[in-house]
Amino acid sequence: MEAVIDVRGLMCPEPVLLTRRELQRLKKGRVRVITDTAAARDNVTRLAQHEGWHVSVTEEGNTWVLLLQKD
Amino acid sequence: MRGKAPILVAGLVTGALAICLTVAGNPPNMGVCIACFLRDITGALRLHTAPPVQYLRPEILGLVLGAFASALAAREFRVTGGASTFTRFVLGMFVMIGFLVFLGCPLRMTLRLAAGDLNALLGLCGLLTGVAIGVLFISRGFSLGRAVPQARANGYVFPGLAAFLLVLFLAAPGLFAASAEGPGAAHAPALFSLAAGLFIGALAQRTRLCLVGGFRDLIFFRDYYLITGFIGLFAAALIGNLLLGNFHAGFSGQPIAHTDGIWNFLGMTLAGLGSVLLGGCPLRQLVAASEGNTDAAVTVFGYIVGAALAHNFGLAASPKGVPPAGQFAVLVGLVVVFGLAAVLTATRTTTERSVVRGSSN
Repeated sequence: MEAVIDVRGLMCPEPVLLTRRELQRLKKGRVRVITDTAAARDNVTRLAQHEGWHVSVTEEGNTWVLLLQKD
Repeated sequence: MRGKAPILVAGLVTGALAICLTVAGNPPNMGVCIACFLRDITGALRLHTAPPVQYLRPEILGLVLGAFASALAAREFRVTGGASTFTRFVLGMFVMIGFLVFLGCPLRMTLRLAAGDLNALLGLCGLLTGVAIGVLFISRGFSLGRAVPQARANGYVFPGLAAFLLVLFLAAPGLFAASAEGPGAAHAPALFSLAAGLFIGALAQRTRLCLVGGFRDLIFFRDYYLITGFIGLFAAALIGNLLLGNFHAGFSGQPIAHTDGIWNFLGMTLAGLGSVLLGGCPLRQLVAASEGNTDAAVTVFGYIVGAALAHNFGLAASPKGVPPAGQFAVLVGLVVVFGLAAVLTATRTTTERSVVRGSSN
């Protein structure tokens, strides 16, 4: 199961809240988070790592895509 | 997990600079106060006519330019806007009125606490109450909606305005109103204020320093990252005040503060609630506006209009206390902001649109 969470244009704490709900629902798997603010990129990264997910970030144009993975 | 050291350093440096600015001439316990300094700028632009609080604070202009330069250097400048823009403006107005009834934003509240001003404890309780109410709304779906990308030029307008004001101020300071006495007349040398602002702006941009966000994340997620900045700020200011002999624990006789406990509490409840709904404290809004968020820029102008209303209509507190009109404005603000939050929570749309499940790419 993979989920894509689009948090572009949302101010904190919404990106973190949406991601946390999805991570808690999935428990493991792959989640992609798309954001266009550095604050959301950092905050979501911090949350996911705190919850034990591996995070890799790539920049695509004006957005960042965070790939969150947990086995 | 990203380390907390950078934001701790940002808090420590901001606290130390605030104490240095006070030594250099800024008002007591007001080395840096985003709300007070925006109010002084509002006065300098003659948008209000309260003689003691008029000065074009270079700290604010420096902060904007420092955050702008930092965002550009880090390739984090993104121009967006259009998410409940006018609602943000109105929230900004009421948030500023709350701050001016308490006499300070969360930054100054922290500096007041670090100098032993126990009135600020009631402000802190009010702020926490407002933040907790805001968190309840957000967890039930409150959203100001989704901003959309805008043409890059839009993002240059806010920092461009700050640069324009700075050039005018340095070239022809007589253009702006300036207090002859009162808090507005107390200021550090302009270039020192500017340098401090540039530095704090860049640090806040890099670390996302936000005092309201610190309490919000602590309550919401048990996340200690942002609150570490508050701890650093408090610690540096406390050490500075102890070293300088400026720590005097008590309620009465505190500089630029009143002892009207209920209104210290309710003013900050209003400001805390509004700030959480807006996504951060005035420092964070200034930084976000400098990073290209035009909604945050409009919020800053909401603060400015709030400051103008507060002083033109006698809502702002003074060391003598909170005038009846100010008490009434706080109650109206609480009703309006609570009502807006309730309506926007009931009509939530963002959450449902944001998550797509089962996609493979």
